[in-house]
Amino acid sequence: MYTAASFLAGLLFGVGLIVAGMANPEKVLGFLDPAGAWDPSLALVMAGAIAVASGAYALMRQKTRTLLGAPVRLPAASNIDRRLIIGSLVFGVGWGLAGICPGPALVLAGYGAIKGLVFLAAMLAGSAVFELLEEFVGGRTDKLLMQNRQHKEEGNRR
Amino acid sequence: MSVAWNAFTPVTALIGGALIGAAAAAFVVLNGRIAGVSGILGGLLRPARGDIAWRAAFVAGLVAAPLAYGVFAALPAIRVDTDIAVLIAAGLLVGVGTRYGSGCTSGHGVCGISSLSLRSLVATLAFMAAGFTTVFVTRHLL
Repeated sequence: MYTAASFLAGLLFGVGLIVAGMANPEKVLGFLDPAGAWDPSLALVMAGAIAVASGAYALMRQKTRTLLGAPVRLPAASNIDRRLIIGSLVFGVGWGLAGICPGPALVLAGYGAIKGLVFLAAMLAGSAVFELLEEFVGGRTDKLLMQNRQHKEEGNRR
Repeated sequence: MSVAWNAFTPVTALIGGALIGAAAAAFVVLNGRIAGVSGILGGLLRPARGDIAWRAAFVAGLVAAPLAYGVFAALPAIRVDTDIAVLIAAGLLVGVGTRYGSGCTSGHGVCGISSLSLRSLVATLAFMAAGFTTVFVTRHLL
């Protein structure tokens, strides 16, 4: 049931991207180029999506179970840190180079576009690099930072 | 700054946006989750038991979208002018960046802002700014 709902949501999401023109990298780059011939369409895509989705989040924030009985698992993180900013900036550079973000990458793969598949493969490789960094570097540095902080806190208490 | 009125498609942009919003709404109302594509995809790279089917199904839905659309109407043309080498670099940056920043255009941009998350608004402003800057540099400076 959840699987079917996921599939249909993904399908509707993808159709929305196609209708909106977001699946077309040239159109996305046209939005990101106000110094050239600017195409403001993407701003309306965001506005339309947010207008429709915001009511659903307001509703579900007050519930613990969904219509299908699944637990509501909305992200609780609210911290604005270096990871968030640097990660988003790096993503933005890649987005600006190709005009493709993760949703449209999957839709382009569905189009059977060779360049879409190449981008998707590179994107997955990038995600895999992140997982490896987390496993072998990030996790360890985070732990070291935590220990450091604990030491400092203990020192302060003394 | 000049608006390319011939390229501006306000009606389909709003309808497409509303469909994306409806998909995100359905996803949270039925499955209780954020429809963030990079996170859903990323979770498949480190699969955990009982956490695979819904992710794979959502991804499959996105991939199947052009097929489904094509049944009812002619698919709109797409254009990818970017060189393969740049495309690969861009893909790597998007892959690392979205995971490091915990989200992309869908997770932070649509879902996060819709749920009034300041964190997501900041992330969206950051990747938008980087995107605008990158296009300015590649199209007008290089």
